[in-house]
Amino acid sequence: MLPEYQNIFTQVQVQGTPEWGMDDAGNNMMDERVGKPFFNTLAGLFGNGQIGPYYWGWTSMVAFGTGLAWFFIVGFNMLAQVGWSIPQFIRQLFWLALEPPSPEYGLTMPPLNDGGWYIIASFFLLISVMTWLLRAYLLAEQHKMGKHIFWGFAAAVWLFLVLGLFRPILMGSWSEAVPYGIFPHLDWTTAFSIRYGNLYYNPFHCLSIVFLYGSVLLFCMHGGTILAVTRYGGDRELEQIYDRGTATERAALFWRWTMGFNATMEGIHRWAWWFAVLTPITGGIGILLTGTVVDNWFIWAQEHNFAPMYDGSYGYADYGSYEAFIGKEN
Amino acid sequence: MLPKWFDKWNADNPTNIFGPAILIGVLGGAVFAAVMIIAWGNPAQTASLQTGPRGTGMSVPEFNVVRRAADPTIEDYYTEEPYIPEGGEDLAKDIYENVQVLGDLTEDNFNRVMNAMTQWVSPEAGCAYCHGDGDLETYGEDTLYTKVVSRRMIQMTQNINESWDGHVNANAQVGVNCYTCHRGQNVPSEVWFRITPVNASAEGWTANQNRATSLSQSTSLPSDALEKYLLEGETIAVHSLESREAGMPGVDGYASIQDTERTYSLMNYFSNSLGVNCVFCHNSRAFYEGAEVTPQWSTASLGILMVQELNTDYLVPLRDTYPEDRLGPIYADAPKAACKTCHKGYQQPMQGMNVIADWPELATTEAPVYE
Repeated sequence: MLPEYQNIFTQVQVQGTPEWGMDDAGNNMMDERVGKPFFNTLAGLFGNGQIGPYYWGWTSMVAFGTGLAWFFIVGFNMLAQVGWSIPQFIRQLFWLALEPPSPEYGLTMPPLNDGGWYIIASFFLLISVMTWLLRAYLLAEQHKMGKHIFWGFAAAVWLFLVLGLFRPILMGSWSEAVPYGIFPHLDWTTAFSIRYGNLYYNPFHCLSIVFLYGSVLLFCMHGGTILAVTRYGGDRELEQIYDRGTATERAALFWRWTMGFNATMEGIHRWAWWFAVLTPITGGIGILLTGTVVDNWFIWAQEHNFAPMYDGSYGYADYGSYEAFIGKEN
Repeated sequence: MLPKWFDKWNADNPTNIFGPAILIGVLGGAVFAAVMIIAWGNPAQTASLQTGPRGTGMSVPEFNVVRRAADPTIEDYYTEEPYIPEGGEDLAKDIYENVQVLGDLTEDNFNRVMNAMTQWVSPEAGCAYCHGDGDLETYGEDTLYTKVVSRRMIQMTQNINESWDGHVNANAQVGVNCYTCHRGQNVPSEVWFRITPVNASAEGWTANQNRATSLSQSTSLPSDALEKYLLEGETIAVHSLESREAGMPGVDGYASIQDTERTYSLMNYFSNSLGVNCVFCHNSRAFYEGAEVTPQWSTASLGILMVQELNTDYLVPLRDTYPEDRLGPIYADAPKAACKTCHKGYQQPMQGMNVIADWPELATTEAPVYE
């Protein structure tokens, strides 16, 4: 009996006539949905087995159209950079990038081959992301839901706007924006931290890390707790919220005995939501202050008694010798 | 095939054997691996060279297989002690024609140095590599470019040992001679040429980066770091030294993200050239902080100035002396040196072997001093 409750995947799937949703409040949701719904057993192991229909609507159309424009501008720029060779495009894909303009152009429109395409692509990406954000709001409204998902996505969009729009404008140069490329955007990240005196001493970066790792921890604690009490109906969380049963009691007791405090069936979702949205909110504040208000976070941290001093020698000569290290002497 | 009672027992006692089998297999495999690692030793064992106070992450780790392996070129190194002059011998400049360097050597020592240079630089072609196929009488002629270049390289070697003592003898007497770069090859390995722009379809910073090249160490960082910093002498430092500094990126010394990536590219080259990481020279918290750098930072800073001088005063001016096939593949520029040309991936070239003690003739631009 025991292993049947130690499940990781959803073990019971309901497949029948596809669910089409409601068309109740005078909206035209039925009209704007595309794709004939079907069931997929594999998808059912991870989530709902029903695939589709998909709500299209004007927001989705605009977001996809402009998003694809961004995608193809970036892709064709990369392709042009390797002389329109598909094999080279595949081989060097992780190295290639559409880079922002060189610093000398400031906030003016640069030539197309020195960041001009980047500005155009970024414009399309901006429309795409903002329309998708609007879509999250409108869909929630149509479902008469709260706007929590909209605000959650808005937190991520805040960080996106800081990186690519607000901070470059405050710095007076589009060259500060992040390149569109796999390795190049990582180069940017490293260089950003190095240039501004070690981002680890930026307190908002610290907060962002706390919320990021905290989100991971909470997600794991909550997921683990609910899976562990599914045998008592704990996976039916909504029922447990308004009619607490033995699943909730056991889960609550477990955590209270473990650490003296427990979240509630409802409250744990507030914890998770706040940790998640605060990750990009605090991170975005940290990025926005960098180069605009603080140019060297390590010196700032020293001035605010935040970076400790270490006593001790620097250089290997005080700890051993090179000859000993390479095994020439002991 | 199997006995009936066995099949019957199995049918009557259905048991899931996969769970226990996987469990035992995983545990057994882990135990086996652990025993083998203990018995045979961990093949990926590392050791660390501590470079700063505990708790600050100041250490240079390396795999033992790499760390303990001797530089293979050390084995082929040729050396010979000098003949101490007793005074009164004829000097090379009196005996031979057209001796512009090493003229103050006695005949024995002059031939000793000539022989060693052959071993170090042209062990296969021998004397003819510089002096041609003629008789000894023709050895004074400057008909081959190799001889003209060699003369300049001898002057360069003497200058390095004399003027850049703080770099090449920083920890102990190590010095340099021809073999430090050449290692038995006519053209040293790890020389470099200009290659930027690496991206013909774009301008500006896009054109100098995002290619896996030898000069970007196969990263997507800029490929023009050696050219800008070790040839044109641009400023390497990118940090603001106040917590707040007003400025526009890329204007009047306020470093941009792009400048920082190029500096990072140079630092990456340093790391690979010496087989070390950032904290061999820098502290782990603030790369620019002069009060918390290791002594190796000073040695490396001297090395930057040295390489700039070698490229500007010695290597680049030889461009018109070289034949075409010795020049760069893109711009036909002269081959240039940097850290890796000598270090070849080791903290100290040839792992700190003293290559100057036997060669006082190469240690000074003046007349040699024998002990």
